[in-house]
Amino acid sequence: MDTIVDTLKARFPFVTPRPSSDTPAVNVPADQLLAFAQVLRDELRYDMLLDLCGVDWDVASLRFGVVYQFYHSGKKCFLRVATLAPDNMAPAVPSLAGLWPSADWHEREAYDMFGIRFDGHPNLKRILMWDGYEFYPLRKEFPLAGIESELPAADTAEATGAKVIAAPMMGGPFYSGTEEHYHMSSAEPRANDQSWTEDKPKPGQKG
Amino acid sequence: MPTSTEINLGDVGARSAAYAEEMQGEHMTLNVGPSHPTTHGVLRLLIELDGDRVIKCEPVIGYLHRGDEKIAENMTYNQFVPYTDRLDYLAPLANNVAYALAVEKLAKLEMPPRCQAIRVICCELARISSHLLGLGVFGMDAGAWTIFMYTFTQREKLYTLFEELTGARFTTSYTRIGGVARDMPEGWLGRVNKFCQEVLPVIDEVDKLLTRNKIFLQRTEGIGVITKQDALAYGITGANLRAAGIEADLRKDNPYCGYENYDFEVPIGTRGDCFDRYLVRIEEIRQSVRIVRQAVEKMPEGPWYAESAKKIFDPPKSKVLSSMEELIQNFMIVTEGPQIPAGEVYFEAENPKGALGFYIVSKGGGVPYRLHIKGPSFVSLGILPKIMPGHLLTDITCILGSLDFVLGECDR
Amino acid sequence: MATHTEFAYNSKVEGEVVVSQADAVINWVRTHSVWPMPMGLACCAIELMAAGGARFDISRFGMEVMRFSPRQSDCMIVAGTVTYKMAEVVRRIYEQMAAPKWVVAMGACASTGGMYRSYAVLQGVDRIVPVDVYISGCPPRPEALLDGMMLLQEKIRREPSARGLLKPRAHEPVAVGAKL
Repeated sequence: MDTIVDTLKARFPFVTPRPSSDTPAVNVPADQLLAFAQVLRDELRYDMLLDLCGVDWDVASLRFGVVYQFYHSGKKCFLRVATLAPDNMAPAVPSLAGLWPSADWHEREAYDMFGIRFDGHPNLKRILMWDGYEFYPLRKEFPLAGIESELPAADTAEATGAKVIAAPMMGGPFYSGTEEHYHMSSAEPRANDQSWTEDKPKPGQKG
Repeated sequence: MPTSTEINLGDVGARSAAYAEEMQGEHMTLNVGPSHPTTHGVLRLLIELDGDRVIKCEPVIGYLHRGDEKIAENMTYNQFVPYTDRLDYLAPLANNVAYALAVEKLAKLEMPPRCQAIRVICCELARISSHLLGLGVFGMDAGAWTIFMYTFTQREKLYTLFEELTGARFTTSYTRIGGVARDMPEGWLGRVNKFCQEVLPVIDEVDKLLTRNKIFLQRTEGIGVITKQDALAYGITGANLRAAGIEADLRKDNPYCGYENYDFEVPIGTRGDCFDRYLVRIEEIRQSVRIVRQAVEKMPEGPWYAESAKKIFDPPKSKVLSSMEELIQNFMIVTEGPQIPAGEVYFEAENPKGALGFYIVSKGGGVPYRLHIKGPSFVSLGILPKIMPGHLLTDITCILGSLDFVLGECDR
Repeated sequence: MATHTEFAYNSKVEGEVVVSQADAVINWVRTHSVWPMPMGLACCAIELMAAGGARFDISRFGMEVMRFSPRQSDCMIVAGTVTYKMAEVVRRIYEQMAAPKWVVAMGACASTGGMYRSYAVLQGVDRIVPVDVYISGCPPRPEALLDGMMLLQEKIRREPSARGLLKPRAHEPVAVGAKL
């Protein structure tokens, strides 16, 4: 199982192995990613890019990462490649959409959720949230309940008075973490949030 | 005396060509959805039409984006199981099993054989359920309304079986990390066998109604062709990939959950058009029935959960209420979640719609640090801009029906 | 005595003439032919389809005519999670429906946002459309849906339809199980 990692290390000096519970995994710096991916597809024949997702490692150094899952349809084996965006304020990584068209939508999703730009992507715009949304939801400082903003459609907002609100958490999420594993962002509202309960009327209703 | 008049027509060819170009007109942009009966959920297609022919197709998704991945970072592993039900809500048991297997891979847990056999039966019954609905809706889109009624009747029988096993018709939330929620009830396996006997003649009838039906053939043969190279490049998995001619089935290639013990075939298509996808799905139902029968026959005895998973699996209530150690275990697992060691894993299971992948990063503790779900429908819809152009407006419904996607796992 | 009356008809005595209240007749017609517009968004849509199937047969109530066009339907059954992105679509379709129209919020997600307390989910479809009947469940069984539709029928039966026929009516929500 480790032979592919050894092959890659021998071929590219900048590749480092990555600890993984199952499939072989390597780390690749972002600026070498495109050349690495080209070799991976054309010579080593990893013809399927199954998945690509962004991760917010929430560390002071390089914070945003992108993790790719490749598949060799002949040998039926997986390979994981992880990279880190060099700039925390404006994270950007080269796009693999030219090599594997499946990367197209996955990269749009990573951009939508994390704000990671993919250089060379044909159509980098939001895919899951609406186009005018201001925030990047999966970043660690963004609370699960959301941040209040305007509804995407002005006519509906005007007709109904509805807004995008922070969802009432009603004391949840319900679990307790031990100190060493409590990695949840301090931006999450915890059990003290009683701002909206059944006793208070919903907006739009009278008493 | 009639005089002859000379009429100079000029260059007729050039004039008519110029006229034809002027008559070309604009392309019409048609918006299909998001609330539309054929889009099988809240999918929006921006289609540019030249008369009747599709020039460009851009799917707009995200109308069902509920924030599952963010929710997962705030739930323990067991608390997240109901959210996995609602990913592919046509085969909830399969999603439950895929998620449990992914987390168990991270925890390096092996399930006892009985648990594996129960999970295999659940997955295959879910596959039958999903394909029945997929076929029913595909037939309905192509105009064959009866198929929908037949397959829905069979699905109601499956719902009765699921309700007996898990307590809910669908949205079962049946698996837990380290096992399943409860053992099978008395006589359930007999009823599963009876269902297998009843569903095969119905599939044969659907087969007879559609497979050599001239109208159906004209609507589906040669339509929506996905070539082998496209299928691999776009990351398509599941029945859509097999219909394109690639031999890829995770149950055979990277077997999990004891699939290597069962004897079944994997149908492979040849041309990758809508008709091949339909044929692959019908045959998959038959093969699933075969697997279920084998699993029922060979059902091993023994525990239905991993007894060695002390900090992960919540012991059964009879032990919790009578023994101190199990009581403490129950308390810790319910409040802090199953303690999964640190690491990262990517696991794909062969779900009815394709390969459902979970990428889980754990930093220890009961809550994942990052959980990414790769929905096969997300990938299947990504190929629409490639295969749709060139077809007629009426082919859109057949292509969408044949791709068999569900927006729950696409948008998450 | 402004209550609605049931009317019986004995042709030998009454001689081919039925005398009744306008409300009763109008509501009788509306109650027994509610044409739903299935706003099937997520998993509840599958139970809605099952209710339309042979086992639970919504056709007994005259509701099997599931018209996807808002112009041709009476009742919008919001079945599934409404996200903020989808909210404008739901609202627009509701506005296109012709009066009299009713809205049924089927399932937990449509009623209150359900278990999806997140940044993208509208916490209850009643924030954008007035809801008449809430049906709880995740998903509600088809029997629960039919029970909800029967509650809607009860509500329609009590409506003062003849009064102010030309004026639009405001809607009041009714919870499932409330004493009527």
